[in-house]
Amino acid sequence: MHIVDGALSNPVVIGGAVAAAGGVAMGLRSLDLDRIPTAGVLAASFFVASLIHVPIGPSSVHLILNGLAGLLLGWAAFPALFVGLLLQAVFFGFGGLTVLGINALNIAFPAVLAGLLFRPLIGRGSPIHGAIWGGIGGAFAIAATTVMVGISLALSGDEFLPAAKLVFFAHMPVMVIEAVLTGFAVLLARKVKPELFQTRPAT
Amino acid sequence: MAHVLGPQERTLAEAGTVGQRGMITSLDPRVRIVMSVLFAVVVVSLSTLPALAAALMIALALLMLSRLPWRKTLKRMAMMDSFIIFMLVLLPFTMPGDPIFTIWGFPASWQGLWKAVEIALTANAVILTLMVLVGTMEPVTLGHALHRLRCPETLVHLLMFTIRYIDVLHEEYQRLRAAMKVRGFRPGTNWHTYRSFGYLVGMMLVRAIERSERILGAMKCRGFSGKMLLLQDFTLTRRDIVFAAGLGALCLALILVDFA
Repeated sequence: MHIVDGALSNPVVIGGAVAAAGGVAMGLRSLDLDRIPTAGVLAASFFVASLIHVPIGPSSVHLILNGLAGLLLGWAAFPALFVGLLLQAVFFGFGGLTVLGINALNIAFPAVLAGLLFRPLIGRGSPIHGAIWGGIGGAFAIAATTVMVGISLALSGDEFLPAAKLVFFAHMPVMVIEAVLTGFAVLLARKVKPELFQTRPAT
Repeated sequence: MAHVLGPQERTLAEAGTVGQRGMITSLDPRVRIVMSVLFAVVVVSLSTLPALAAALMIALALLMLSRLPWRKTLKRMAMMDSFIIFMLVLLPFTMPGDPIFTIWGFPASWQGLWKAVEIALTANAVILTLMVLVGTMEPVTLGHALHRLRCPETLVHLLMFTIRYIDVLHEEYQRLRAAMKVRGFRPGTNWHTYRSFGYLVGMMLVRAIERSERILGAMKCRGFSGKMLLLQDFTLTRRDIVFAAGLGALCLALILVDFA
């Protein structure tokens, strides 16, 4: 899902960077003194979660869980996921430097959207009800991310269109897995710590 | 991505290549960050093959100067390439132009091939330079340097917290996995595996939030007022200026080669 340096056209890269800066600023505004530790520890958990490989057939996929990040953090998911991408690029060599903005936008904006749309639905009703909406939110975030990656590629040139379609279809199984895992994670959280989804985002 | 962290490497610092003594590590971290951003912007703007090849050469030369274990670093770079290889292989077939050859009725074009080579050169030159110049820092130093470069304070705090707790939570993850393993859990493609991983993630998040509440309590009881004192100070030396000027001149030369 990472786009690398040099693949995208300049307007897309610059537009992505500007939009990401706006998103990060929005997220930072929602972080006051009491919420910074929570956001930091959750950002670290999502970084660690992205190290988990889940088997699927003969292969395996690593988790992204941006939907779950959005459900828990709201707007603060934006800077949290941005920090994760920055650390991945610097210390692991994944992604790129000039594309940091557009990559953050593609992963974090769907997360925030999932949080805004589905968070109110998760706190209500039985834990199972919440888990189903959590799963839908998880699938939604991945689908939106692949669509946004596709759009970034397609805007950069028509020759990327087949690659963009391939990205979308290749991520179908990832969507299903993320949905199931997000659903069960929400189910557990609703049972163990019911207050988590009841109030405003736990940032 | 788990394969990135080897079995002995538990931390970001170990995954990066901190502790190596080379030309690069003694330079001012701020200079290293600024120069790698400048280099990235210049390289992305290049569009001719000779200039891009020269850029990759500069990146490789920096790798040599840094005395990093080059085999390991290049292997990591190749790992990134394996992610983008599909897109690069597709490009010659999807970009219209003069045909080179045809596979199953799909013509491959020179233009597409060159475009793919350009992207590969750009991506590798930028990421290698970033890993050599910035990836060799202590993660905490990265936070301090970004703070001195006037990054928003809240973002730096968030970065510092994330860096601090990645190790802690990775250890916790490994403890949970070990606990699952001794109970006979073996991951496979089945519902049980997905449910177990879902609960694992949920458990990690619930524990993380409870941990963060304890952290906040501990910080408040020590009088935390939202201001973090970052003690590390940096001073520019002549070597930093020479390095910055040298790399800057190389960037300028790249632009000139590109125009020629």
